[in-house]
Amino acid sequence: MYFNTVQALLMMDGHGVYVWPAYLITAVIIVMLLVAPMRRRSRLLQRLAAEVRRAERKTVAGVRGGQ
Amino acid sequence: MWTFFHKLGSPPWLYAIAGAILRWLVPITLIALISGTVWGLLFTSPDFRQGNSYRIIYIHVPAAVVALAGYYVMAIAGAISLIWRMKMADVVMKAAAPVGAALTFIALLTGAIWGKPTWGTWWVWDARITSMLILLFLYLGVVALYESFDNKEAAGKACAVLSLVGMVNIPIVYKSVDWWYSLHQPASIKFTGESTIDSSMLYPLLLMIAAFYALFTCCLLMNMRAELLQRESRTQWVKRIADEKGRG
Repeated sequence: MYFNTVQALLMMDGHGVYVWPAYLITAVIIVMLLVAPMRRRSRLLQRLAAEVRRAERKTVAGVRGGQ
Repeated sequence: MWTFFHKLGSPPWLYAIAGAILRWLVPITLIALISGTVWGLLFTSPDFRQGNSYRIIYIHVPAAVVALAGYYVMAIAGAISLIWRMKMADVVMKAAAPVGAALTFIALLTGAIWGKPTWGTWWVWDARITSMLILLFLYLGVVALYESFDNKEAAGKACAVLSLVGMVNIPIVYKSVDWWYSLHQPASIKFTGESTIDSSMLYPLLLMIAAFYALFTCCLLMNMRAELLQRESRTQWVKRIADEKGRG
């Protein structure tokens, strides 16, 4: 390992203030890139599942009403 | 061979195969990103001229490389959807645009942060940086143009044309450091001839470039899966998936 202490790693001889924010912001953007489609997909599936259930109830009610 | 092309056009098959790929590609991507970052930040020596600020290279260069590669993916998919009217190509094009925009943004932002200690300024209207900014606007343009149409078929056509016209910008980005006098340094990694980067820095950089390619692929496939579900939400196969999820 190049740095001997945690403080040296954080400071990076004065360049830590540039290096660490660059990595942090990149990490946040990457997490957002991965989470956004997962959330979009699960929300869509939830909505569709609710629609399917509603349609099922309607058919069941329709069959009973017809009897 | 033809059955393969036929299957590529089938949304349920594409959805399933993308899911199968993602199951192992996402963990590999995360491991590669984390190990590359730790390697670059902790286990390499500082640059003899730039000191520790150079460590930004391990995200700046991969983001920029993949942002450019992603543009090819988007433009080629656009061309395929224009010429052969392949619906799945349209899905690929739409899925690639936000990922490319995010990677271009990362490249520009980390470049600005790196520029401050190295050049003494956050921003210069330099050929390389300006052409990358145009790349960001092209990606965002495709995203916005798609949303602005109610008719999605017309939206796909307009976006395909925009991304093909924007291809002009790609060689400009590549060659900008050679064509104009620029603050930006020329490429250190060369396919032909000796690379001007020490191997102790080159290997973690190559790992990070591979990791960013994998990341782009993951995001592309995930966006495609969400887009496929939305477009096909009236079909039986999607309803079956939703129903299984609702019960499960």
